[in-house]
Amino acid sequence: MEDIKKTVLEYVIEEYLEDEDEELTYDTPLISGGIVDSFSMVSLKRFLESKYKISIPDDKATPEAFDSVDKIYELVKEFVKA
Amino acid sequence: MSYSNKVKGIYKEQLKDIEDKGIFKEERFIHSSQAADIEVEFPKGTELKKVINMCSNNYLGLSSHPEVIKAAHEGLDSRGYGMSSVRFICGTQDIHRKLERKVTEFLGTEDTILFPSCMDANTGVFEAILSEEDVMISDRLVHASIIDGIRLCSAQHDTFKHSNMGHLEKKLQLHADKRLKVVITDGVFSMDGDTAKLDEMAGLCKKYDAMLFVDDSHSSGFIGKTGRGTHEKYGVLGKIDIITTTFGKALGGASGGCVSGRKEIVEMCRQKARPYLFSNTIAPVVVSGVLKVLDILSQSTERRDKLEKNAEYWRKGLTEAGFVLKEGDTPIVPVMLFNAGLAQNISRDLYEEGVYAIGFFFPVVPNGKARIRTQISAGHEIEHLDKALEAFLKVGKKYNVLGKSKQEIIAQYGL
Repeated sequence: MEDIKKTVLEYVIEEYLEDEDEELTYDTPLISGGIVDSFSMVSLKRFLESKYKISIPDDKATPEAFDSVDKIYELVKEFVKA
Repeated sequence: MSYSNKVKGIYKEQLKDIEDKGIFKEERFIHSSQAADIEVEFPKGTELKKVINMCSNNYLGLSSHPEVIKAAHEGLDSRGYGMSSVRFICGTQDIHRKLERKVTEFLGTEDTILFPSCMDANTGVFEAILSEEDVMISDRLVHASIIDGIRLCSAQHDTFKHSNMGHLEKKLQLHADKRLKVVITDGVFSMDGDTAKLDEMAGLCKKYDAMLFVDDSHSSGFIGKTGRGTHEKYGVLGKIDIITTTFGKALGGASGGCVSGRKEIVEMCRQKARPYLFSNTIAPVVVSGVLKVLDILSQSTERRDKLEKNAEYWRKGLTEAGFVLKEGDTPIVPVMLFNAGLAQNISRDLYEEGVYAIGFFFPVVPNGKARIRTQISAGHEIEHLDKALEAFLKVGKKYNVLGKSKQEIIAQYGL
C-alpha cells in the first residue's frame, strides 16, 4: 500500500510541477495550493483509475479528496480494498 | 420576491470570506480617456490623482487616437448606434462583413466571424466544432475564457505543462485514437508575458494530425514584424487552424472579438456558436473604429516598432535596477515578488509615487508567484518610463528587493 503513495507522488511531480526547485511532500496541498487545477484533476483521476484498475465515482472525486497525496492515498485505498 | 435574510446572509458571508482572504476587487475610477497619463479616483471619493498607467492593454496607444475617434463618429452618424438584433435576423450591416474580410486579410487566414467579445469567441467555438469523440489538449496557463469554453464543450479534455513540448507530444500520443484533436494555447500568455512556441506546436500538430488553436488577444497588432501576431513571429502564418482575438486591447481597445481561421470552422461557428447566435454583435460605432485601426496598422509598423523599443527599454531598466523579472520579449513585463502581501504593498506605494501598476496573486496566478504585472504601450514616451523606473527604484529600495534573488525575497517575506 505504501507503494501507492510513492507512485502517486511521483506521478504528481512528473505531471504537474513546473519548476525544478518546487518541492512536494505527501501533505502538500495540491488543489487549494494551486499546484493542480480542477481541470488537470481529470487526468489525475484517469491515471489512478487505469493504474489501479478502479472506478472512482464523480461524487468521491472532489477537490477536497484530491488535495494531497495523503488524501489521494486514502481515497484509492478505499477502492482498491473494495 | 424571496430575498430573505437567509439568502442575504449567505451572500454576505461569501463576500466577507473574499474580503478576509484579501482578494476583494475594487474598481478604480478613471476620469480621463485611456492613455499613458490618466486621472484616477482611488480610494472612492478622494481627490483625483494623475498617474502613469503601467497596466493597460492599450499596447499600441490607439484607444484614444484622434483618427480612430473620428472614424467612430462617422460610423455612428452613418450606421447608427445599435442594431437591436442578432446577426442572422437583421443585425448584420455591410461594415460587419467588411471588418470580417479585413481581419481575415490582416491575420492571413481563410475567413473570420465577429463575436461580441473574445470571451464569447472562446466560450462559443469549441462547442460549435467538437463533440464527444474529440479531444481538446490545452496549455495549463491558457486564459480563463478558454477554460470556460472547454467546460461548455462535450469533447474530452486534457492539459499539458506550460509550453512543454515534450509533455504535449506525450498527450498527443495518448489521445491518438480520438476523431478530432485540437491543441489549445494562448499566443502571448497574459500573466507571464511569454510566447507559445507556435513553430514547434504547428510541427507537432502536423505530425499527430491535430488542429492548432491560438488565442492571440495579447499579440494581435504588435507581435511579429508587421504586427500580425504570434504566428507571424514564429513563421507559421497560414498554418494556424483557429485564431481568436480581441478588439478590446491593442486594436482600439473598445470591445469585440472574433474567430478567424479555416473556412469550414468559421462557417460552423456561424451555424452553431451560441454567443454569436444569441447575442447582438459589435456596435457599428466600434466596427468603424476597428476598421480604422486596421487601416493605420496596414500603412505603417511605426507603432509596433515603438512599442518594441519601449518594452526593451523598460525591461532593461528594471533588470539593471535589480528586480526579478519573468523572461520574455513582449510588452508584458511581470516584476516577480512571490509574496502576495509584498506585491500589494509595493503596488500601493507605487500608486503614491504616481505609478499605476497592479499586484497579482493567487488565485489569479499560482500560489507563491505573486507579482506586479507591468504593461508597456506605444503611447508611453521615454519620459514616462524613466519616471516610472524612478518610482520602482524608490519603492524597491524601501522593501529591500533590489538585487535580491527569488530565494532571498522568499526568505525575507515568505510565500
